[in-house]
Amino acid sequence: MDLSRRGFLKASGAAAASAAIGSLGFDLSGVSAYTHPLKISYAKETTTICPFCSCGCSIIVHTVDGKVINTEGDPDSPINEGALCAKGSALYQEAHSEYRLRKVRYRAPGSSTWEEKDWDWALDRISRNVKNTRDNTFVTKTSDGLIVNRTEGIANLGGAAINNEECYILAKLARSLGFVNLDHQARV
Amino acid sequence: MSMKRIGLLMDTSRCLACRACQVACKQWNKLPAEPKESWKTRGSYENPADLSPVTWTRVRFTEYEQHGGGVEWLFRKLQCMQCQDATCLKVCPEKKALYRNQDGLVVLDSAYCTGCGYCTQNCPFEIPRFDAKERRTFKCNMCYDRIANGLIPACAKACPAQAIQFGPRNELIEKAHQRIQALKGKGFPEASLYGENECGGLGVIYILKYGRSKYEGLPADPKVPLSVKLWKDWLKPVGLASFLGGLGFVVFHYVLHGPKIIEKGGD
Amino acid sequence: MTNHWIDLKNSDCIIVMGSNAAENHPMSFRWALRARDERSARIISVDPRFTRTSSLADIYAPLRSGTDIAFIGGMINYCLQNQLYNQEYVVEYTNAGHLISEDFSFSEGLFSGYDQTARKYDNASWAYQLDENGVPLEDKTLQNPHCVFQLLKNHFSRYDVDTVCKITGTPREKFLEVARTFCATGDPRKAGTIMYAMGWTQHTTGTQIIRAFAILQLLLGNIGIAGGGVNALRGEPNVQGSTDYALLFHLLPGYLKVPVDKDTSLQAYLDRCTPVSKDPKSVNYWKNYPKFMISLLKAWYGENATAENEFCFHLLPKASGNYSHMSIFQSMYQGKIKGLFCWGQNPAVSGPNALMEQKALEKLDWLVCTDIFETETSIFWKRPGANPGDIKTEVFLLPAASSSEKEGSISNSGRWAQWRYTCEQPQGEARSDLWIMNSLMLRLKRLYAQDPGPFPDPITRLSWNLGSADKPSAAVVAREINGYDLSSGRLLDNFTQCQDNGTTSCGNWLYSGSYTEAGNLMARRGKDDPTGMGLYPNWSWCWPLNRRIIYNRASCDTQGRPWDPDRAVIWWNEAMQQWEGDVPDYGKKVPPKNNAGAFIMKTEGHARLFGMDLADGPFPEHYEPYESPVDNILSSQQINPCVFLGYNTDLDKKGNQREFPIVATTYRITEHWQSGIETRWQPWLCELMPEMFVELSRELAKEKGISNGDLCTVASARGSIRAVAVVTARFRPFLVDNRVVHQIGLPWCYGYAGLATGDPANILTPNIGDPNTRIPEYKAFLCAIRKGV
Repeated sequence: MDLSRRGFLKASGAAAASAAIGSLGFDLSGVSAYTHPLKISYAKETTTICPFCSCGCSIIVHTVDGKVINTEGDPDSPINEGALCAKGSALYQEAHSEYRLRKVRYRAPGSSTWEEKDWDWALDRISRNVKNTRDNTFVTKTSDGLIVNRTEGIANLGGAAINNEECYILAKLARSLGFVNLDHQARV
Repeated sequence: MSMKRIGLLMDTSRCLACRACQVACKQWNKLPAEPKESWKTRGSYENPADLSPVTWTRVRFTEYEQHGGGVEWLFRKLQCMQCQDATCLKVCPEKKALYRNQDGLVVLDSAYCTGCGYCTQNCPFEIPRFDAKERRTFKCNMCYDRIANGLIPACAKACPAQAIQFGPRNELIEKAHQRIQALKGKGFPEASLYGENECGGLGVIYILKYGRSKYEGLPADPKVPLSVKLWKDWLKPVGLASFLGGLGFVVFHYVLHGPKIIEKGGD
Repeated sequence: MTNHWIDLKNSDCIIVMGSNAAENHPMSFRWALRARDERSARIISVDPRFTRTSSLADIYAPLRSGTDIAFIGGMINYCLQNQLYNQEYVVEYTNAGHLISEDFSFSEGLFSGYDQTARKYDNASWAYQLDENGVPLEDKTLQNPHCVFQLLKNHFSRYDVDTVCKITGTPREKFLEVARTFCATGDPRKAGTIMYAMGWTQHTTGTQIIRAFAILQLLLGNIGIAGGGVNALRGEPNVQGSTDYALLFHLLPGYLKVPVDKDTSLQAYLDRCTPVSKDPKSVNYWKNYPKFMISLLKAWYGENATAENEFCFHLLPKASGNYSHMSIFQSMYQGKIKGLFCWGQNPAVSGPNALMEQKALEKLDWLVCTDIFETETSIFWKRPGANPGDIKTEVFLLPAASSSEKEGSISNSGRWAQWRYTCEQPQGEARSDLWIMNSLMLRLKRLYAQDPGPFPDPITRLSWNLGSADKPSAAVVAREINGYDLSSGRLLDNFTQCQDNGTTSCGNWLYSGSYTEAGNLMARRGKDDPTGMGLYPNWSWCWPLNRRIIYNRASCDTQGRPWDPDRAVIWWNEAMQQWEGDVPDYGKKVPPKNNAGAFIMKTEGHARLFGMDLADGPFPEHYEPYESPVDNILSSQQINPCVFLGYNTDLDKKGNQREFPIVATTYRITEHWQSGIETRWQPWLCELMPEMFVELSRELAKEKGISNGDLCTVASARGSIRAVAVVTARFRPFLVDNRVVHQIGLPWCYGYAGLATGDPANILTPNIGDPNTRIPEYKAFLCAIRKGV
């Protein structure tokens, strides 16, 4: 299924409307003389999976000109059948939050404030830090002579909220850099 | 109206109190959160403290101790009850602001509200809320815009537990009676229906696991205030004092009841 | 979860214990309530406090935090004494009949083989008795005194109702009502399920609590069937996937084991990790381990991985010891860790003994946090009480794309990998984690090519292609994970095609089959449900092999007939000579009469009532939490004898019951998610749960002069926090062995960042954990409470 698929609203509308027709015995939209088309009627619909607990509820995100205008449960999902809890219902506010991070932030040693930086600067500096710390804390052999080739001075935490493909790439990246201090939310 | 009356059935015996309904309502109606200064824990999970111009529905949490030491936590979502005998409709002087729409819903179009406050003062459920800054009143309209477009209300759609059901009212009532019989058989002898006949029959009806007195803030016998009945149904139709218009009603109301102040944060 | 969310509707009895499903997994109750509507299922809530789950339950039983093994042990004993188990299931599918070494013993809370100094067991005596061919000996009559069944019966006979209730503080009649109701599902035509979560794992006995209930489920024949299983409700949207993909120190993707220092060659490693069975009937599926491992090495090192160089096995770092969360923070506090990446994790709030963890962050040279909002961890340098000028850590906070601003799959608790799409472009300069990881790795590859440093090969020889540098593709990665036949270049159909000779690649064998030549199966939206059991085989894709209920061979009797024909998951079709229904957890064409064992991942083909591979004993045993107000009345072992006691910095302190007499537990709430950092930036959720609070009983409140809504101080040996009192009848003091024990409850979702702030509950929790998992004991510790601050 591709992103441009029109018809999620049709799907959602149809499911909801057929529920309404099914129980009411008539089509509500037909009898409402004043009916105004909803804003979501003209929106593009894309599905996502809720980022909170692990139920895996499907959510429809309505966008107009690339901006989210509405989010609600995906009635096609056999798991949530269109419903969502309080957190899932609030996804719209996450998309729109004025508090979202929109720039790289950097805090220099001893500083009491953030500075905004660009990606290239930050990524160059982080890579350099990783290399320095790896090279300085790399352990080739244990005291009894066993070869271990590991980086003891860097730890990596997290990943329970990111996608599988990202988790896989992170595991691959971390192991290739020799990390053994590696853990995530499953532990805490 | 030739159509069947539609409504919402709130099955309190299924409610998780997850409050998806509160958030879904704000999401669909694009209502902001209450101001940050009001974010307080008051010794309960219940929040915000009251309905407001930006909070049209909320879940009440009531702890109820049974004889013998067991405890129950009762949840009840409140919102506009969609009275058949709707006080707000009777008292509102502005027809475009408060009306019964083609789907039979009591709709408050705040754009036309003149801020007279009659509906807020007389609603037996204290639902409409006046915004002093905007000089307008707001309330839940059961997502009439969604319904008109073949979608079910946002709260009913979001409810994970299917505790909020939307449909023709007579079918909901039938379903509710079956459910109440089942609850009685499961050790809830006080299980009952609320809203079948109250205020001429409510559009929003409750299945209650316990007697209605156990649910905080639920009027035992909601009625159109006597003043409104006298004024609108008896006096006004025969033309007496019609020249006084709305003012006549205010005077009349004051004589019968004295000033009414909506308490904030107390219920 | 062995089963999945929708399957809850197939249950006759749902016990919610060690979780608070209605609050923390609200959608689960859509299905629990459907079971009640359609099957008159009973819902049971066992919890120290009366929760929103309890309010929907048919039966509520309270228990003191940390006494779950006593409670479940009592249920096992009840089941055995009243012969409520499924005899055929127990004999044929579990190791009940297997004979254990005559050297095995148990007394005074200790199993045979305990080494007091090392606080470890030597499990030599926990072994099967073998025949002359090395095949385990069995007594299918279950009468031999050394058979598992008799040992089990003997062990749990000590968990009589009176003893259990003295420990747990549960009213006797409530305990019996739970035991009676749940054990009724031992009827082969009935199904009972358990929903548990961190309320079980976060104890010093966590693993054994889960094992205890797994034992009960096996006795009742509830594993493998629809409406049954042992169901862990995972707490994060993709904690299932991130575990499958091994973001953990001890694993490689697909639950392969991390190489350790003693693995001096690939062969030595494979020999250590590949189980061997001498039983000719046994499937012993893990015998395929080398195929999965070598295919993983091919995915990681590509053409560089050859048979001659042991498929680049030596490019992997090798571990020596434990590097779990608490160990990492101990090392950090001691200054051994200089750099830290946090990908959407917030240990300043979520870690145990949070003040110590916050202090440990100060020892870092650099910290990189990637998140969608500012987190407590990322601003630890300006946390209340800190002086930024004294903190030399360089901190980077990278703006991540949110879940709806990027593409990829996530795996829900039921193992369903569902694809999510880019709904909107990332806000501002935010980027997907995939883009960030790719950008970093490409830079590091360049840096190491220019200036090698020590052993650069793992970086320079790593196969790394995520599509274009600027627009890495989740689909490209998903195909690498699925794996390829390297000779034809075709995607593998599934992991049964993996080879151990370097001709296949596969990034995670468990997910092989998710993205094949037929396309991206995780994106499927088919709504057909051919069995009517809610399996939805064409909606997304689930591991392994799209099997929706694992261990489903056990849903049928030995003849291949479903225990309950109305609830069939799979069945043997004699005419077609194949299994039908769900993807069978067994050879599709292997007839039931071959009796290859219903649990094919175990060498003996049987589920283990007696588990020889656990750190702390083959049977669960009740011990008190690390901090407890009472003595263990079951044995002289006060705490789990295998708990690691080595976390003892100057900030690690143990509380005593004189100073801290009250039991405390932590939990989540519906309205905030985990440490709260996503939800506490969202006003709609903040207004629902705006402030840190503490729940306590009216009895305790009266004793302390606390009224509802008062600001209180809660203290433990580690620190103290402020919280608003919620005085409630939903908490009750426990009567434990004729003594009143008070318990309080604390949500752990608050911190000093965000719009709704509050003190983190984890300031109070100890650095102590389960010996198998090192998961911290957040759920039972000692504290004191007073009015005011």
